[in-house]
Amino acid sequence: MTILKTGSRLKSQVDDTQVVVVRAPAADVDLRIGGYAPTALAETPEAGLVPIPGEGTLLGKRYARKENDLELLVTKAGVGDLTVDGVLLHVKDSKPLPASD
Amino acid sequence: MSIALLLDLAVGTAPDRIAVGTRTAGLTFAELDLRVRSTARRLRASGAGSVAFLGLSGPAFHVALFAAARAGLAITPLNYRLADAQLLELLSALPEPLVVADQAFHATVAGRFPLLDAADVLLAENSEPDGEDEDTFANAVDDEAPAVVLFTSGTTSTPKGVVLRHSHLVSYVLQTVDPGSADENDAALVCVPPYHVAGVGTVLTNTTAGRRVVHLPDFTAVGWLEAVATEAITSAMVVPTMLARVVEHLGPNQAQAPTLRTIAYGGARISPPVLAKALEAFPVAGFVNAYGLTETSSTIALLDADDHRAALASDDPSARARLASAGRFVPGIEAEIRDADQQVLGSGEIGELWVRGPQVSGEYLGTGSVVDSGGWFPTRDRAHVDLEGYLFIEGRSDDTIIRGGENIAPAEVEDVLSEHSAVRDVAVIGLPDPEWGERLVAVVVRSHEIDPEELRSFVRSRLRGSRTPDEVVFVDELPVTPTGKLLRRALVDSLRNS
Repeated sequence: MTILKTGSRLKSQVDDTQVVVVRAPAADVDLRIGGYAPTALAETPEAGLVPIPGEGTLLGKRYARKENDLELLVTKAGVGDLTVDGVLLHVKDSKPLPASD
Repeated sequence: MSIALLLDLAVGTAPDRIAVGTRTAGLTFAELDLRVRSTARRLRASGAGSVAFLGLSGPAFHVALFAAARAGLAITPLNYRLADAQLLELLSALPEPLVVADQAFHATVAGRFPLLDAADVLLAENSEPDGEDEDTFANAVDDEAPAVVLFTSGTTSTPKGVVLRHSHLVSYVLQTVDPGSADENDAALVCVPPYHVAGVGTVLTNTTAGRRVVHLPDFTAVGWLEAVATEAITSAMVVPTMLARVVEHLGPNQAQAPTLRTIAYGGARISPPVLAKALEAFPVAGFVNAYGLTETSSTIALLDADDHRAALASDDPSARARLASAGRFVPGIEAEIRDADQQVLGSGEIGELWVRGPQVSGEYLGTGSVVDSGGWFPTRDRAHVDLEGYLFIEGRSDDTIIRGGENIAPAEVEDVLSEHSAVRDVAVIGLPDPEWGERLVAVVVRSHEIDPEELRSFVRSRLRGSRTPDEVVFVDELPVTPTGKLLRRALVDSLRNS
């Protein structure tokens, strides 16, 4: 289980994906990237993990779950999928705000 | 994450796009990134405890802002219009600052603080890729470390250093901007100086969106209109005084600005006639009113282009009134209107605006945070929120005039007076009065001769009697900050003494 905190950065243990947490749910969740729990950027991935291929992630896109209490921004794209409690996160359609400053 | 990651995002999505400057001579995001990396290395090697920026808005500020973040140092853009003694006093309040300065300001700091020439950070020969160690260091910069310290303009008190941490600025940007969302030909025209929160915000939001920024540090109406045309500007941010100059220059003509899709205004109150004229002069552009404070990492409420159009087209008075609204709160911001006893008021009731959210700092250098135990920040702005969530700012709590026990928001009277053809600019202030406690004084910049009595009766016919100025004073100009904020305290002081 991972405690997500807004603004924290996480990386996949098995592919290139990196994300930043834009919105975090109050409760801990089982977030996985490419099938495994992500780690902090500075940490060394666990040895011997076998990546579970997926559709991959897109740079600069936001991913959310249907409850809309969790949002991740992909800062580095990878081949793994983002899941929470086994459910695939979807790319969030957002209506961008107008440029204001 | 630190604000440096916002540049990484742009380099990742659009490395060859122009980040800042003209279409022909600007720096791409990849070129900007190289200069940021080499400057960050120099900042770390210098052993400085913080960075100050003393210069006009331009590409060097983009480099300094992101380089300071990569080096884990807070940056303070300073108001270059201040006297040397004031600048040195502010610099002394910062921890071991290294000053990145334009040539014009070198003499102020040379010999007193370590100095780096702003032109130097832009040189191609100084830009070389850095190593993995430096990336690891930059990635490890704490979210909760101070990123930017901005001194408030001090319209109501001496300047205070507002501490904005990486988490505040990143939250603001990621809640309001989609990375890489700008079109390839988008360009933003920026006229706010780096020491204004919007001058910092604009670098962060436009970089994140992948949008080219063009700076116009010395604003003139003609220069602005020319820049919009020659640089094919698609969005521009102005303070209301700039918009007033532009519409005055255009007179009855419409602007030739086919590419301009968005004009954002904010930073001070706009007078209704100026907005009305601007809407006519730029029929194609969408107008956006942005409201925010330094302490809230820039924008917390927006009246967008659709809101403007809906208000203009409506016959319903409450819908039309929204043209004077600051709009609705941006995602992540919660708001309450509270009375003097901290009780939360309902819609339509006027009180002080309190806000909270991940972008809200409310923290000052030296004196700490003014955020309450629930995380709420008192804006010191008097406001109300209508039934549909639109925010209306009445003015600063400190500016409220109490005449005979009645609270009067200067803006209410100013808005009426600004509708009069003889009134070019106006401020309404309270001066000490033996009978009323404070008397209402309208300080007017005339566009032509007018009898003070005529202005008083103009107000009397439109507002309650207590709102009629007791006195009308004519002046040549009003004291304002470079970003168009009225210096009420200076005005009160000068009239009290005369």
